[in-house]
Amino acid sequence: MSEFQVEAEVEKVRDQAQRGWLSPINKRRWESFKANRRGYWSLWIFLILFVLSLFAEFIANDKPVLASYKGEILVPALVDYPEEKFGGFLAVTDYRDPFIQEEINANGWMIWPPIRYSYRTVNSEIPEAAPAKPSWLYDEETRCQRYSGGVEDPRCTMGNWNWLGTDDQARDVLARVIYGFRISVLFGLILTAASAVIGVTAGAVQGYFGGWTDLLFQRFIEIWSSIPVLYLILIIAAVLPPGFFILLGIMLLFSWVAFVGVVRAEFLRARNFEYVSAARALGVPNRTIMFRHLLPNAMVATLTFLPFILNGSITTLTSLDFLGFGLPPGSPSLGELLRQGQRNLNAPWLGITGFLSLSIMLSLLIFIGEAVRDAFDPRKTFK
Amino acid sequence: MSGAVSETPLLSIRDLSVAFTQGPQETLAVDRVSFDIAKGETVALVGESGSGKSVTALSVLKLLPYPAASHPTGQIIYGGKDLLSASDDELRKARGNEISMIFQEPMTSLNPLHTIEKQIGEVLKLHRGMGENAARARTLELMNQVGIRDPEKRLSSYPHQLSGGQRQRVMIAMALANEPNLLIADEPTTALDVTVQAQILELLARLRKENGMSMLFITHDLGIVRKVADRVCVMTGGRIVESGPTKEIFENPQHAYTRHLLAAEPKGEPPALDTSAETVIKGDDVKVWFPVKKGFLRRTVDHVKGVDGVDITVRAGQTLGVVGESGSGKTTLGLALSRMISSKGEIRYRGENIDTRSFREMRPLRREMQIVFQDPYGSLSPRMSVAEIIQEGLKIHEPGLSATERDRVVVDVLQEVGLKPETRFRYPHEFSGGQRQRIAIARAMVLKPRFVMLDEPTSALDMSVQAQVVDLLRDLQKRHNLAYLFISHDLKVVKALANEVIVMRAGKVVEAGPAEQIFNHPKTDYTRALMAAAFDIEAVPGGVVAD
Repeated sequence: MSEFQVEAEVEKVRDQAQRGWLSPINKRRWESFKANRRGYWSLWIFLILFVLSLFAEFIANDKPVLASYKGEILVPALVDYPEEKFGGFLAVTDYRDPFIQEEINANGWMIWPPIRYSYRTVNSEIPEAAPAKPSWLYDEETRCQRYSGGVEDPRCTMGNWNWLGTDDQARDVLARVIYGFRISVLFGLILTAASAVIGVTAGAVQGYFGGWTDLLFQRFIEIWSSIPVLYLILIIAAVLPPGFFILLGIMLLFSWVAFVGVVRAEFLRARNFEYVSAARALGVPNRTIMFRHLLPNAMVATLTFLPFILNGSITTLTSLDFLGFGLPPGSPSLGELLRQGQRNLNAPWLGITGFLSLSIMLSLLIFIGEAVRDAFDPRKTFK
Repeated sequence: MSGAVSETPLLSIRDLSVAFTQGPQETLAVDRVSFDIAKGETVALVGESGSGKSVTALSVLKLLPYPAASHPTGQIIYGGKDLLSASDDELRKARGNEISMIFQEPMTSLNPLHTIEKQIGEVLKLHRGMGENAARARTLELMNQVGIRDPEKRLSSYPHQLSGGQRQRVMIAMALANEPNLLIADEPTTALDVTVQAQILELLARLRKENGMSMLFITHDLGIVRKVADRVCVMTGGRIVESGPTKEIFENPQHAYTRHLLAAEPKGEPPALDTSAETVIKGDDVKVWFPVKKGFLRRTVDHVKGVDGVDITVRAGQTLGVVGESGSGKTTLGLALSRMISSKGEIRYRGENIDTRSFREMRPLRREMQIVFQDPYGSLSPRMSVAEIIQEGLKIHEPGLSATERDRVVVDVLQEVGLKPETRFRYPHEFSGGQRQRIAIARAMVLKPRFVMLDEPTSALDMSVQAQVVDLLRDLQKRHNLAYLFISHDLKVVKALANEVIVMRAGKVVEAGPAEQIFNHPKTDYTRALMAAAFDIEAVPGGVVAD
């Protein structure tokens, strides 16, 4: 057979063999995942919420998304223009200022996001002392009383509503929930991914090599995991200014341990499989064996664990924020919202919003986690 | 052999079908099977794996995974009643009491957390309502009956403290505890050594005669059938294609499949012994001792001598067969020679001393020394396609090849082992056992090795597939002048492949020499016992082989 022929045959066969981009086993897993309706819907809802929150700047912002000023197209949501440009004097333009708004509208146009508040925008036009109720609970008269033009004022529109009221510093709660959701989920995802990488590597090395490596590492982990993390964070918070990455770093120091147990067990079990011996007999280096032959076995256990670790990370961040040791003051965080709810029992929209957004987010993640577990369960059969 | 055949059969299976539902698919595993078992008779169900013989047997006691399994048609009549439509309570009375069962794997069919006394006693208490003392007395009697030595001492043993043969004896004792009318034996000796197999079969035959019970014997081994069965039903693809008295079937098989089965024994002769051929691997006084550690400081107090001073030479184009019972150190010796585990004693590969090389230093030699493992289901990574599996070694030892060149090598080697090249993008689970073993052989052959260690490459395969794999191995050896180290407990296969044999027992060589001499004129009692058990399925008086 000539080379040409062989190649032609290869192509033909490849077309038949690669049925879609999912291997049969992954296809089956995807089917099982879909069969769990609750998890499947949760995944979609979560994905939509998460993607939307990634573009929070275009949904809730105190700057227009797009503006045209004297024939020039501006993107205030992404670029900081000095106020001089519009005849003001501040370093950063305050687009909520009626003077600037009039100036831009007179010389062009601007498009606002649906919610005209960012997480730190103070609404100075609330009808009563902060915390103010959700705008739809007021009649039009009251809602617009603080605007100079009253009901007629062009700024008294839906865009300036506080759909979920304001907190005790007159900041829009809905905007803070959107930004808070994003920061919680991102924190959880980064922390989980980083702990998975470290934890799986550590577990893999221990399980594969066994013996003294395993013994020493296990003792180290026992000591390490008995350090009380919360107190340690409290102490560090007193020394270092707590920020997103410092918190992430400290929590990462301890959260990877959760993965070691399962991964180590899987590697200990699988390192004596015949196909692993076969690979060793072929002269395949240890690193490749661990990665190509053993890791897929451990992945199932790891993936089953992931959603729960993710939830745990989010909860820890929230509780730190609740106690006031978390993200720096002013950051949008669900924990801080809960704390405000606890302090302002007269403003139930704070506590209820905080509770609902947290519980919905955590439930969605747990439902997805359940469906993932179903999908990777080889014994599960569906009609 | 003879059984008193009475008029009404004890068990009558009529038009039995079994279907399995998985997702939208329904597969028919057993298709309208009918046969009778008379009182005191032994009926053998013979067939290759997947023929539906075990499923038939399991449906007698309704032990299949319902509701995934279902019976579209059929009746199983026992004692005038149809077991398939019997209530759970009625079935429970029959199970373990009137009809009992022994399974293939004595390792997993005993509960590892209970003592022998508790496991045998449970059946007695459950079905007979016996008290503690009565149950103990009956347990001892049963253990005596199945030939467990020192039964009093063994009462408080746990399954892991017993050997495979002893465990199977305990299983038999449990099955016999209530003097059943029918014993279903599902490949009861497949997991055992040939010598132990002979003993267990003899035991079953004796017990059957003493208790006057019937037996449904499921096996793929025709040698056993000839030995134990009064009547045979040959199954393939879920149907019984032929049935009749054993003698008739063996002497005058009617159906093509039966003839195919009978002809399937590994045949052919190994190449002539040539002691002048180049020595590929030579071990001198090879020892593998596993330390036994005790006490707080884990000091080594003793050694388990896996391999204890073995001299061995494997020559190019020749096959050295290593035979012995399980636990005799055959595989350990092979692994030590290919430097997969550490050992003492000099090992030379083509004159070069390799016993001091580290794992990393061994890597360049790995391509010339390949291993084919016993279990074709376990030795192929389930997550890699056939092409990836075969290419893995190439990528390491010939990193210069382009993807297209590698693909061509894979195509060539698949053709060489008799598989269609188009199948190389499939995953191992889509192949049968024999095809998987061909893939494993292809993985070894693609590197053009000089020395191949074959660790029981045929023992997980059906008889007819064994013959094909043996032919393939012999063919490859001739073409590439390979040196084989062939490890097996199956002397029939060894006889067809090896031209030199060493017999091992407890880590030591009992007998060594040209295959012809060992097979025709064995010198030691141990070798003779092995031969008798393997070729004639005859147990030898105690003492010679392990129990």
